[in-house]
Amino acid sequence: MPDATQTALIQKLSAKIGGHLLATATGPDMAILTAKPDSVYALLRTLRDDLDLKFGYLIDLTAVDYLNFPERYAGRFAVVYHLHSFTLSDRIRVQVFLPAESPALASAADLWGNAAWLEREVFDLYGIRFTGHPDLRRILMPDDYPGHPLRKDYPLRGRGERERFDQVTT
Amino acid sequence: MTSRGPAAYLQDTVLTTRVGSVLRWARKNSLWPMPFGTACCAIELMATMASRFDLARFGSEVLRFSPRQSDLMIVAGRVSIKMMPVLIQIWEQMPEPKWSIAMGACASCGGVFDTYTLIQGVDRFIPVDVYVPGCPPRPEQLIDGILKVQKFIEEGKQEASARGAPRQRPLWATTRQV
Ligand code: SF4
Repeated sequence: MPDATQTALIQKLSAKIGGHLLATATGPDMAILTAKPDSVYALLRTLRDDLDLKFGYLIDLTAVDYLNFPERYAGRFAVVYHLHSFTLSDRIRVQVFLPAESPALASAADLWGNAAWLEREVFDLYGIRFTGHPDLRRILMPDDYPGHPLRKDYPLRGRGERERFDQVTT
Repeated sequence: MTSRGPAAYLQDTVLTTRVGSVLRWARKNSLWPMPFGTACCAIELMATMASRFDLARFGSEVLRFSPRQSDLMIVAGRVSIKMMPVLIQIWEQMPEPKWSIAMGACASCGGVFDTYTLIQGVDRFIPVDVYVPGCPPRPEQLIDGILKVQKFIEEGKQEASARGAPRQRPLWATTRQV
């Protein structure tokens, strides 16, 4: 999407939901909105339901761990939503920064059904809790798994099967 | 027959052998593999079964997806810690005598994936008769592995499961529903 189109979209969005935003930017592929953690649910609901916007399709929900990243951000973790609007035929990225200590965010599972499993995955691998999620269990790792392996401070080696089942390995 | 007498006739037409070796001969030429294909090695396993390499030439073309009907488990691919109770349960459902092949580096020793999630070789949890190295092994290598199993059977060598090879398991694998 060219920058001019992104800027126009950002202006349109800022008029409607500027109060929920910390920053906006143009990206190489789509416009980027940085949302306030407290009001992300209201923001997403507006994006989904506003008749001019209708971002009805959650393409992806994932997270990033910026630990030891050269650039400084507002928090260690970022939860990232990718939304698509069939009305505008346009996409946006919404990111929310969360602190390193007990990161938590409002669940979007009742806005988009697919968010339920995506949030479970983010919880499983990053340990970010989604309040109001109907069933926040691990989705990939075993239920009794300790830790969240996609965090950057999780060791690459040394917490695998050999270490966890030392009574059975030779 | 009439000219040479009944004794000579029997000598020409009847083969004397032992029941055991007939059984072993039949068993070795009708191995029914259970494909435990979890990753890329399973693709090569499929190639082994398909027409170019044609495992039917060695009597093993009947891939059985029910463990109760198979006697050769081919573990083809990575096995994660979460999958391991399933592997153990399927192995224990196979009737004896049974053999197993660890196909590829991952099944044999974890391969390059010394990570938080993969088990470092299936031989820690089920007994393994033949390891087929490679990433992935070529079909010829897998066929060689199956021929090795056939040789074991022919020689009457005990299978790894009967030799009491390691069958340890973490406690939760026995108690958990899979
Ligand atoms: S040994 Fe290689 S080909 Fe086989 S499962 Fe592992 S990575 Fe895939």
